[in-house]
Amino acid sequence: MTESVLSLPDKEYMLPGNRTCAGCSLGIAYRHILKALGESTIVTVPASCLTVLHGMYPITSVNIPCMNVTFPSTAAAAAGLVAGLKAIGKKGITVVGFAGDGGTHDIGIQALSGAAERNTDFIYICYDNEAYMNTGGQRSSSTPLGATTTTTPVLGKAQHQKDMPAIMAAHRVPYVATASSSYPLDLYEKVKKARDIMGTRFLYISTPCPPGWLFPPKDTVKIGRLAVETGMVVLYEIENGGFRLTGASERLAAKGSLRPVREYIELQGRFRHITKDQIEELQRWVDSRWEEYLARQTPRPPDYSTLQN
Amino acid sequence: MHTIDCGHISSVSSPSIGEAGRTGDWRDSTPVIDPQKCIPMKRNKPSCFLCWLYCPEAAINRGIPVEIDLEYCKGCGICAEECPAGAITLVEESNLTIR
Ligand SMILES: Cc1ncc(C[n+]2csc(CCOP(=O)(O)OP(=O)(O)O)c2C)c(N)n1
Ligand code: SF4
Ligand code: SF4
Ligand code: SF4
Ligand SMILES: [Mg+2]
Repeated sequence: MTESVLSLPDKEYMLPGNRTCAGCSLGIAYRHILKALGESTIVTVPASCLTVLHGMYPITSVNIPCMNVTFPSTAAAAAGLVAGLKAIGKKGITVVGFAGDGGTHDIGIQALSGAAERNTDFIYICYDNEAYMNTGGQRSSSTPLGATTTTTPVLGKAQHQKDMPAIMAAHRVPYVATASSSYPLDLYEKVKKARDIMGTRFLYISTPCPPGWLFPPKDTVKIGRLAVETGMVVLYEIENGGFRLTGASERLAAKGSLRPVREYIELQGRFRHITKDQIEELQRWVDSRWEEYLARQTPRPPDYSTLQN
Repeated sequence: MHTIDCGHISSVSSPSIGEAGRTGDWRDSTPVIDPQKCIPMKRNKPSCFLCWLYCPEAAINRGIPVEIDLEYCKGCGICAEECPAGAITLVEESNLTIR
């Protein structure tokens, strides 16, 4: 079923008056992810902006159980929860490991790869604000080429982003999907779908960060949308190996063109040091990746629910 | 405080709104909705609610009238930016007459 703004659940599991910055896209994404997961959910969260959102002991701004864990251990702790729930015979609870890009692409990748190789029955969600934001914005392996961070202060980052969803897809887990906080309905549908699949499910979510990327908080949704429209972020899902562009990216593919990467870059202060050569290189990277995706696109499976006898 | 029956968990937080205090105090400008322009309010029929969808703070209700919880709204301006009817204006706190 296709969701609409009116069909989303009313209940909020993420409560107002939390500690995230004004205009933080993690708030948008987290609200709708928790709506899709529902109350029979346990999350494990390592040190990150999501810990900040969850709040300081003895109060939390989130209405579902959360286990705070050390920075590298998100997937290991989540796998432990899955095993523990099985041992005491509790069924119907979704375990979700939920970490940032630093906590996933860099320090958490070993535990995550191990859990995925065992096809651990959990969901792992990585929200990507493209740096270590909670500690002031250091470079991560998901920081894009040319972006200035506190650890790439002069020339900007010299490397491209690590392709984490592709690494997870290489584990041949049942479900891998990418989403963006700027497209909450697409995000909601993917999380709901992931909830009802067995085995390891990996979701990657692009989450623009106003103070880290240096754009005004009011533009959070716009920047996330531009990331998709320029192909910096591509929305897709890989279900049992079948790759399919989804949502806005599927529409862009049908229309046939992406917007130039420059339009995305020039709105963000973090790209203030990017060179002309780096912009060209970024554009080539985006274009070749987009061509790969278009070539992999499998036809949309028929939706039998809409057919009538 | 929550009571923990398993005996193995020593400290647990309790959920509450306003964990970070009255975050409305962070605002330098306030979103004000014009009921003459807001689509569901004008038609008195549920529709749109994109401001509700995109509010990072869960500070807007999905109902008629559409209302903003100014105790916690941080004034980011996303709702005003995304409203398709231009029904939300950000007014600087110092120019605000209604409260
Ligand atoms: C082992 C270890 N090293 C470093 C830290 C300090 N630290 C806490 S949060 C954080 C950054 C997290 O970055 P990311 O996972 O991308 O999440 P974000 O803050 O960007 O949401 C760091 C370096 C830590 N808590 N533990
Ligand atoms: S630093 Fe960025 S990701 Fe972290 S709370 Fe602030 S806006 Fe959100
Ligand atoms: S986005 Fe604008 S038109 Fe839509 S419900 Fe909100 S205020 Fe009304
Ligand atoms: S200004 Fe931001 S926090 Fe306030 S109601 Fe609008 S979207 Fe929500
Ligand atoms: Mg990060």
